[in-house]
Amino acid sequence: MTSTPALHQNSAEQQELLHNIVDSLKDQEGALIPILQAAQDSLGFLSTESLKTISKLLNMPYSEISGVVSFYSYFTTMPRGRYTIRVCLGTACYVRGGKQLLEELKKILQIEVGETTEDKLFSLEVGRCFGACGLAPVLMINDEIHQRVKPTKLAALLAPYKSENDSEATDESPKISQEDAQ
Amino acid sequence: MFEITINDKKLNGDDSMTILDAAEMSGIKIPTLCFLKGFTPLGACRVCVVEVEGANTLTAACSTPLRADMVIKTHSPRVQRARQSVLELLLSEHEGDCKFCSRSDDCELQALALELGLEAPRFEGEKNHLKTDSSTAALVRDPEKCIKCRRCVAVCSQRQGVGALFPQYRGFATTIGPAFHSDLDSVTCVQCGQCVAVCPVEAISEKSHIADVLRALEDPEKHVIVQTAPAIRAALGECFGYPPGVLVTGKMTAALRRIGFNKVFDTNFSADLTIMEEGSELLQRLRTVLEEGKSAALPQFSSCSPGWINFTEHFFPEYIPNLSTCKSPQQMFGALAKTYYAQKSGIDPDKIVVVSVMPCTAKKFEAARDEMCDSGFRDVDYVLTTRELGKLIRLQGIDFTSLPDEEMDVPMGLSSGAADIFANSGGVMEAAIRTVYELTTGKELPTENLHITPLAGLDGIKEASLRIEGTKSPWNFLEGVELKVAVAHGLGNAAALLEDIKAGKRNYHFVEIMTCPGGCIGGGGQPRFTTDEVREKRIAAIYSEDEGKPLRKSHENPAITEIYAEFLGEPLGEKSHHLLHTQYTRKE
Ligand code: SF4
Ligand code: SF4
Ligand code: SF4
Ligand code: FES
Repeated sequence: MTSTPALHQNSAEQQELLHNIVDSLKDQEGALIPILQAAQDSLGFLSTESLKTISKLLNMPYSEISGVVSFYSYFTTMPRGRYTIRVCLGTACYVRGGKQLLEELKKILQIEVGETTEDKLFSLEVGRCFGACGLAPVLMINDEIHQRVKPTKLAALLAPYKSENDSEATDESPKISQEDAQ
Repeated sequence: MFEITINDKKLNGDDSMTILDAAEMSGIKIPTLCFLKGFTPLGACRVCVVEVEGANTLTAACSTPLRADMVIKTHSPRVQRARQSVLELLLSEHEGDCKFCSRSDDCELQALALELGLEAPRFEGEKNHLKTDSSTAALVRDPEKCIKCRRCVAVCSQRQGVGALFPQYRGFATTIGPAFHSDLDSVTCVQCGQCVAVCPVEAISEKSHIADVLRALEDPEKHVIVQTAPAIRAALGECFGYPPGVLVTGKMTAALRRIGFNKVFDTNFSADLTIMEEGSELLQRLRTVLEEGKSAALPQFSSCSPGWINFTEHFFPEYIPNLSTCKSPQQMFGALAKTYYAQKSGIDPDKIVVVSVMPCTAKKFEAARDEMCDSGFRDVDYVLTTRELGKLIRLQGIDFTSLPDEEMDVPMGLSSGAADIFANSGGVMEAAIRTVYELTTGKELPTENLHITPLAGLDGIKEASLRIEGTKSPWNFLEGVELKVAVAHGLGNAAALLEDIKAGKRNYHFVEIMTCPGGCIGGGGQPRFTTDEVREKRIAAIYSEDEGKPLRKSHENPAITEIYAEFLGEPLGEKSHHLLHTQYTRKE
């Protein structure tokens, strides 16, 4: 469960992007959810400033928008790491060790669910059934599915992501300043 | 029209009625909790369930329309057991101890437990541990007591158009409040207290000043004076078992003396003064436009309702120039108490404590605004709501009903009937027109009983116009002018009116806005529970107070003539400007 969204300050381009998103979607029925999705997709997460901007542009109370954002676990109000790890806790995965996987990941990454590592590499989330129950327990790292994962193999599983990041200079995820991590 | 059966009694109804309406018509009381008259029923709490023949499950009476031939049982053993269980579950999550709760005299949850005959708790539920929110000047939120009925959500967003409170999160973690888990001061809340007025439990309340007032009264160094708003006298009786609409002005005065206030004064005094200042301001704006051909912000908007001021500053800052610069009567009183009264009575203003009794929570916010220190001191120190005064009277062991009627003190306790009607939606406008008409024409307002009937009552937006004829100098520029005015109450109505004005669909010279439905008589600090029937009774009581006064027009009040002669000079003069007028700030 998230508390107050990050106090990240949007750049001028990010604000413009947000204005464009709202403009292009605001006339459709039930515009709020598509707008929030598009904003999160392009900005990475929904900061206080982004939400307040949307509130103003839609002329909709901030408390009402936050009600929607906090209702769906899909929305995130904190900056994400480069890789989001989702551990499936659907029934099949749960009984076949999903819970232990999660505990082990918390230990390795030193974060709780919903948080991001200090180096901004990994965020930890739980998921509900990725439709791969036969391969339980399952976890996803961004769009890649990893099946029949064992807690003991986790460190090895994460290693390539760490080194890949070292070798890559470009960074397409949103720029995040140090204060945003709180 | 079709027939239904309710508890073996036949009744005619139609599908515009709910089961709850039908029960009410047949004199049957179905308990309710989340239901709020005038709003779409949510069917959230399930306290109102009834048995409908042929249906497998119990049905919520508040949200189910009648169907032909329905056979309804409202109090069968099955229904009663279900209601008890619903309530037991609610109570099991409710973190509260009635013995130490400010709502134990009017809590709907507690009353329901008694009505449904609950005995010992059966379940011990998990509780959400959430902190109390005292971030704003007027309100305290205790989310641990919230039963999630969502009445506050309906009132804040639908009636007031503010939207500070909404359901947050999901499932067991759901809270009803400001964005995420933040405090109320991090969202826009105009402090009107309409949420407080409808909350069935102690989840939202006014920030109490009773302890501060008692401390001041105890201090022998302090000279503690009190002012009461006009709306109090038509409602305070309800705290002591009187039916709504009984005027208790005399007993209220007696009670305040017995509590120990050194002087019992009247906000009505400064309401009369407001009319002099605000009326002069209107005439000045009209002169600028009509005689000098220059521009001035018209319509002029009234400024006595602090929730409305907050609303304009946040939502319609482009209309700030239209707001009258007059402070509200409460603040005019405070500024004069620590200057004019201090001087007249020879008391050091530093020793004077000004307490107001207001029907309103936003008045607490207003009194605490940075700029409200023009006397050189905090102009108004403490603000009690009507409900808090009721508690204070009881706390002091005063038997209210057996008190004699007493008169208020001079000079700041003298007032005209025009001041009384400040309590009603439409009243400020009527009071202003009584004076403006007479000042400019030399004749009394030619309407029956001095009333302007189209502006009275509970319609959300009201309008009237009046041709000014037979003007005397220097007001000849008004000759033949059709003065157009409008009145709105409830901020949702105010916003609708403003949008129309903005779009050029309506235009006026003067507009009165009151934050609360019905005006101050329906304020967020009034005794619970304020329904439209209660509003109408209080409104009628206020008009009869006005009609019973020997003086009915603000400019006839001798205490007003005196204060201009002795102290202020003239309306809109330098001293008035300094003490009685203010400015507003655009807020995000
Ligand atoms: S809110 Fe009502 S039920 Fe809860 S502690 Fe207070 S009086 Fe008791
Ligand atoms: S005080 Fe008025 S504006 Fe504030 S939350 Fe309550 S109803 Fe809404
Ligand atoms: S704060 Fe009061 S009115 Fe609002 S949902 Fe909770 S109990 Fe109901
Ligand atoms: S009163 Fe009918 S469901 Fe709450």
